Amino acid sequence: MAFDLDEQLNGSRVGFFTDTSICIGCKACEVACKEWNQVPEDGLDFTGMSYDNTVGLSADTWRHVAFVEQRTPMGRQEPGVGDMDFRWLMSSDVCKHCTQAACLDVCPTGSLFRTEYGTVVVQEDICNGCGYCVPACPFGVIGKRETTGVAAKCTMCYDRLPAGEEPACAKTCPTDSIQFGDLDELRERADRRLRQVQEAGMTSARLYGRDPDDGVGGMGAFFLLLDEPEVYGLPPDPVVTTRDLPSMWRHVGVAAAGLLAGIAATAWRRR
Amino acid sequence: MSQTDVRMDGSAETRADREATPGSAGRRRERLVTQRAQTDSYYGRPVLNEPTWKDHDIAAYLFLGGLAGASSTLAAAAELTGRPNLARASKVGALGALGGSLYCLIHDLGRPERFLNMLRVFKVTSPMSVGTWILTAYGPQAGAAAATDVSGLFPGLGRAATVGAGLAGTALATYTAALITDTAVPVWHEAYREMPFLFAGSAAASAGGLGMLAAPLAEAAPARRAALLGTAVECVAATRMERRLGPVGEPLRRSRLLRLGEALSLAGALAGVTIGRRSRVAAMAAGAALLAGSACTRFGIFHAGMESADDPKYTVQPQRRRLAKARAERELA
Repeated sequence: MAFDLDEQLNGSRVGFFTDTSICIGCKACEVACKEWNQVPEDGLDFTGMSYDNTVGLSADTWRHVAFVEQRTPMGRQEPGVGDMDFRWLMSSDVCKHCTQAACLDVCPTGSLFRTEYGTVVVQEDICNGCGYCVPACPFGVIGKRETTGVAAKCTMCYDRLPAGEEPACAKTCPTDSIQFGDLDELRERADRRLRQVQEAGMTSARLYGRDPDDGVGGMGAFFLLLDEPEVYGLPPDPVVTTRDLPSMWRHVGVAAAGLLAGIAATAWRRR
Repeated sequence: MSQTDVRMDGSAETRADREATPGSAGRRRERLVTQRAQTDSYYGRPVLNEPTWKDHDIAAYLFLGGLAGASSTLAAAAELTGRPNLARASKVGALGALGGSLYCLIHDLGRPERFLNMLRVFKVTSPMSVGTWILTAYGPQAGAAAATDVSGLFPGLGRAATVGAGLAGTALATYTAALITDTAVPVWHEAYREMPFLFAGSAAASAGGLGMLAAPLAEAAPARRAALLGTAVECVAATRMERRLGPVGEPLRRSRLLRLGEALSLAGALAGVTIGRRSRVAAMAAGAALLAGSACTRFGIFHAGMESADDPKYTVQPQRRRLAKARAERELA
């Protein structure tokens, strides 16, 4: 890779490690995020999706706690619901602040930018609401806010970081399921934690987004999951769409040349 | 310091909250049947957020941008080969389509008054940014070409603008393929090899249709041939795309708009090179069918993409297959 973000930032890249194995589904992160960032209310509905009434990340939901109910054993634990196996997975989802961020790549105004902390942030006074970032994101994170017409997503509390404060969600998380810190240190901590959880009997535990060689160059916000990513609504193998862009431009170039040649040929004959 | 020890297995050791081990409380009774969860989505919710683009803006722009670009190219070819009426019709048509394009693009913005923010940067990683600069180069030339032709003023400048717009027009008619394929929308992204050819063919067919509709029979031969050639390229590209995409191509194969677009384009192109050579009325009908066919194709591609973004299986299953393939290759090696 020509440009190595981690190297450029020289260890100052920050991130989230969301350890879903200790998430209790209290949604304090959702509330703290809304409060601190003044994110508008976006519907108070009952969805019937377990305890999840926020449904997914969007312009007006920057932390989303997923609730998954499964008739599967939780490690060696006795669920105590008759003869049924049962487990309840909870996970607080957030913008991944990708190393190779598609939203940032495709933004035609330069509104989305890479901060000095290695995070990806929208400048809402620049964004003109073209909406290109929305289908570019492989995770379905960023959205266009109806009320203002511009794109909005998690900033990793860009305004708290200079004061030495951690993001609101991490600050409020009562179990430390959301951990904030230097990305390198979080990765080491996550590796240790994965071994510990697997040794406790949760063999299905895995890290998601920790690997710098994945399709988005590693995520600034990564996760310890207890099941396949798609169970939580995450793509199993996300790839930044601009990885194929050089080939796309080559195909466009050939097609444009073909169009020119074709139309020239149709006019060549007199009759 | 608050500490919650969720372990109930009698361990004397007190752990910090974040060290709590899941699934270790109590001792699970053995059960005969353990159900394996068969889930590949989160309550059937899409993985991607639905594109905010509206079909009456963006799908219409895909059509109008292609029509404008290819019409300018056809106009330049007609002018250089001594067909002034076809050239004028194509130039005026291109300017009209350009006006419609700009309206659609600006109308789709969340903050239309900030559309000039597009000119703050040039980013080759953003097809929309590249497209903005293509339009900036193309627009004034297309305008000058039409204005000088209609008014008869500055013929030299008009000739230069016509050729310039004809060249820039090929970029305008094809870059829109990169615009939609450079997204995570499964149908659009996976189709990036064929999409530029499909769009170039569809653009040439619509420009041919416009020429047949508006130019006299004696000069419309290039329009008829462009329509036929464009339709052929479009149909071949569409067929290849639908086959190569496999399961992801399902929304394309299911699309009635795409079938209608192909039927209209083929009918218009074939009628154009047969009865359209003798009858002006037939030529006009064929031209209208070609324009309608191209519009249907663009709306069909647009909606097939939206459908694929809305269903998690089109996102999850190809990625799972890719992971499984990589795992199998690692194990072989």
